[in-house]
Amino acid sequence: MITFTLKRFLQLLPVFIGATLLVYFLVFAAPGDPIAALSGGKPMNPAVEETLRAQYNLDQPFWVQYLLYLKNLVTFDLGQTFSGQAVSDVIARAFPVTAKLAIMALAFEAVFGILFGVIAGLKKGKLFDSTVLVASLIVIAVPTFVLGFVLQFVVGVKLGWAKPTVGVGAPWSDLILPAIVLGLVSLAYVLRLTRTSVIENKNADYVRTATAKGLSRRRVIVVHVLRNSLIPVVTFLGADLGTLMGGAIVTEGIFNVPGIGNLLYSAINKGETPTIVAVVSVLVLVFVLANLVVDLLYAWLDPRIRYV
Amino acid sequence: MRYTRTSKALVLSAALALTLSACGGGAGSTGASNGSAGATGGAEGSSTAVITANSTEPQNGLLPANTNEVGGGRVMDLLFTGLVSYDAAGAPVNELAESIETKDATNYTIKIKSGQKFSNGEPVTAKSFVDAWNFGAAAKNAQLNSYFFESIKGYDKVSAKDATVDTMEGLKVVDENTFTVELSRAESDFPLRLGYTAFYPLPAAAFEDPKAFGENPAGNGPYKLADDGWQHNVQIQLVPNADYSGPRKPVNGGVTFKIYSTFDAAYQDLLGDNLDVLDQIPPSQLQNFKDDLGDRWVNQAYAGNATMTIPSYLPEFQGEAGQMRRAAISMAINRQEIIDNIFFGGKQIAKDFTSPVIDGYSDSLPGNEVLAFNAEKAQQLWADAEKISPWPAGKVFTITSNIDGAGNKEYIEAMANQISNTLPIKAELNPIPTFKEMRTLVGEKKLTGASRAGWQADYPSLYNFLGPLYATGAGSNDGDYSNPEFDKMLTEGLSATSVEEGNKIFNKSQEILLKDLPVVPLWYQAVQGGWSTKVADVKFGWNGVPMYYAITGK
Repeated sequence: MITFTLKRFLQLLPVFIGATLLVYFLVFAAPGDPIAALSGGKPMNPAVEETLRAQYNLDQPFWVQYLLYLKNLVTFDLGQTFSGQAVSDVIARAFPVTAKLAIMALAFEAVFGILFGVIAGLKKGKLFDSTVLVASLIVIAVPTFVLGFVLQFVVGVKLGWAKPTVGVGAPWSDLILPAIVLGLVSLAYVLRLTRTSVIENKNADYVRTATAKGLSRRRVIVVHVLRNSLIPVVTFLGADLGTLMGGAIVTEGIFNVPGIGNLLYSAINKGETPTIVAVVSVLVLVFVLANLVVDLLYAWLDPRIRYV
Repeated sequence: MRYTRTSKALVLSAALALTLSACGGGAGSTGASNGSAGATGGAEGSSTAVITANSTEPQNGLLPANTNEVGGGRVMDLLFTGLVSYDAAGAPVNELAESIETKDATNYTIKIKSGQKFSNGEPVTAKSFVDAWNFGAAAKNAQLNSYFFESIKGYDKVSAKDATVDTMEGLKVVDENTFTVELSRAESDFPLRLGYTAFYPLPAAAFEDPKAFGENPAGNGPYKLADDGWQHNVQIQLVPNADYSGPRKPVNGGVTFKIYSTFDAAYQDLLGDNLDVLDQIPPSQLQNFKDDLGDRWVNQAYAGNATMTIPSYLPEFQGEAGQMRRAAISMAINRQEIIDNIFFGGKQIAKDFTSPVIDGYSDSLPGNEVLAFNAEKAQQLWADAEKISPWPAGKVFTITSNIDGAGNKEYIEAMANQISNTLPIKAELNPIPTFKEMRTLVGEKKLTGASRAGWQADYPSLYNFLGPLYATGAGSNDGDYSNPEFDKMLTEGLSATSVEEGNKIFNKSQEILLKDLPVVPLWYQAVQGGWSTKVADVKFGWNGVPMYYAITGK
């Protein structure tokens, strides 16, 4: 297990370099001159333009730019934004907010998704099951931004139960609404996945055996049905953490959350290479780490899965 | 002040009123109509309420010569004060200037009021101005507004690449409160410019560590930054500056700028009374903001316009035939129809190249009938042009525009349809995904057709709408327009010794533009804003920015 974990950590290095190289290249190849955009269509003194270009290595060919970036990276210097702030500072401010939001969304979708999924699975064909199935279908069908705007308007503006946007410091209470919006679509998937899985396992041989042995219904469901049914769900949830962090762009925009998604959006608009590369790399890391955790959880959930 | 990417891209609609005065209260705003508060901060209307307003994250550190977009500009204008400021109608009011005198529009003697200080205790002297301007102009400091000092003698030396000189010979400190400015040519509107951000004074601390200063500036304006006031990407908190004694004395307990990434989020906050002042209604709400907000909205023209550039380097648009074609295209556009259908009846059709909120504006310049829709005349002109030199067979008239902001795509497609329907050519939108790419294309001057353009004034002057855009070789002359006669008139206007005299000449020069049509003027921009139930006395200035210092809490 320890070797496995170490190996997986070592794999992060090429993944990281590959990701930064790819993103760096994509930003480099994207059309449009960030320095020209900085002046917003007003004239710029050519000497000033040249100084700025040199400052961000934009006057260098791609490989030189990228190697200079890597060189700085070794010393934990992620570069500077156009406004002269350290990218590491900018990310350090935005990351915890998005992490908080993503974890809340994940908790929301996991708790309610699994709960409703299990109940629906156990009561297959009953009213609760059909209602939940239809509701989840609707949630999946409606785009996130529509859900977001509607909830923001109804709950935030009309009912006044929450602030329409997230306030200073992004307190937990302000993040509840955006977390629900962010987690809602995944919740629907978790629910459906759990339901199918439970229905499948409910009729499995080992469950019949357990029941025949005279175990309590509660024990059969929690230990035998649920534990096995959770394997695909955990896989989904693990991968979903990465998706949630990256997918926060829409939700963060609607609720004005000062997180990674908003940061990435504005950095792409400005063509601010160091910020884009750093944010995407962080997202890649989160994704890979989440998958690592999933793999480890597997072994715990299903002893048949063994890693050497 | 230039457009931010978003503000340029977003549709600003609906200018019903002709002038600021006619519409400030015309919106039915109780606030605007009794808005004389502010000058004295008298008992009535004065409050300690902290006003919240929308903003975007400043693109750069808060240094005057490096702030060229609205997000930073509106903060700078409250943190600092220059020689003059502009009142709601755009007229300059002396702030720090005791007097600005000239006899020849080239040599200016500027006296400043004594006893003023920066919020770090340092006195504001003539040197504070001279040092700040030299700093802003010098190439090595890479300040975005560097070109603003262009007209000062010696700018060419400090702004050159690898310059060794870092002070301009045109600036001289006479005594503690007096300095002189020598320009490299006569410019009668120079005093009008002095309220712009780039011309603010700076304390010595700014030059020691510009970066640290930009994070936490010590200004001399009506407000100062609260302790730890700038929380990046979240908010900027300003508190009243007790040392300030100018005409913009705050009547509230401070202004907190909340930073939004979308105007939609800000609008929802406004509806939920979670935000007090919003200076841009998102395009998605233009249809219903008046109903949503009752009498708490404004819709007024500001110093900006929208145009369509037809580059002078296009062979089909040169010479006599080219002139006819330009006029034909202009007359083929039914501006009012587009305004009604796409901008919900707002905006105001253009009658010249400037803006109605600028002193000296005229809506009846000879030759401006070329800006009115006239299908018959347009077809006639096009046919005449064909006789001189025929339009290349099969050539499509393209209008290039970025489409990353709402509305651009819609209005340009409508315009292209109108041109196609009226004239015997096919016109269509050439969509460019982002503003950034659009700027690169326009900057390279390799367009094969027309392109969307617009201008927002840096300071309230007719010249600012003409010189930087249409003078030969000027910085924002995207279409490479050049007409010696026009250049000569601009110079004449600048040499005039009074603003009124200058304005007459500038308007005369516009008659040349109406003939040549280097760009086709479309409409004037308007600001649509709103405020919460918690505030009153909300007025918007000549540049579309709210007069924050005069807003009171209820």
